[in-house]
Amino acid sequence: MTVNKEKFVYVTYIATTPADVWKALIQGDLTRQYWKHTNESDWKPGSKWKHVADDGKGTVRVVGSVLEVIPNKRLVLSWGDAADAEDVSRHSRVTIDIEPVGDMVRVTVAHEQLPAGSDMEKKIRNGWPRVLSSLKSFLETGRALDTWA
Amino acid sequence: MNDVDLVFKALADPVRRRLLDRLYQANGQTLGELCKGIDMARQSVTQHLELLEEANLISVEWQGREKLHYVNPVPLHDIYERWIRKYEQQRLSALYHFKTKLERK
Repeated sequence: MTVNKEKFVYVTYIATTPADVWKALIQGDLTRQYWKHTNESDWKPGSKWKHVADDGKGTVRVVGSVLEVIPNKRLVLSWGDAADAEDVSRHSRVTIDIEPVGDMVRVTVAHEQLPAGSDMEKKIRNGWPRVLSSLKSFLETGRALDTWA
Repeated sequence: MNDVDLVFKALADPVRRRLLDRLYQANGQTLGELCKGIDMARQSVTQHLELLEEANLISVEWQGREKLHYVNPVPLHDIYERWIRKYEQQRLSALYHFKTKLERK
């Protein structure tokens, strides 16, 4: 049986540098400020990565593999619910592109191969717009959005 | 025109709002698919899509020679934070004070 797979493409323009966007994605001390999660890995192609809640308990929410790494430019990850860690057929794929456009940086998040109607699809639909808005606010003003309470 | 102006201008048209709703229902459509069910010349739909793209309300990807359109709610979220949530919070805190005042009596 084939399941319909959804794709989403989210874009934000941020007055910052590609290097600062990159750091904000992978450095836990920054990530937890605007995302309330950290992304943990050694960021080498083929390595595992995990998305961990900043809840004091270290709850793992998302797991996957690092598929491609070009520092300050591109990060490609597989993305699965922690409960589906072993079932890679349920993993989706995230490509984050960071590119300078004039004096801004365009951050594009393409999330694809999401099973249509799944819980993960719903979380993604609500999640990325909030994360990207919060990232923009954090990098431009130093203040993240408090939408995570 | 700044970003927020572009977003409000883009939203100020029923055809453009409908195009966003259609992409919300089925993301990644081509111009041809989006034209179906809209009684309007292809060229006009293209112009509406361009305005939505300028406002960053849709993102596009090329698949061969076809341009795929995706709804991008990120600027809507920025506006929600700036123009809606702020006022909601004031109303909620007013309600809270009202309640505590009544309960103290």
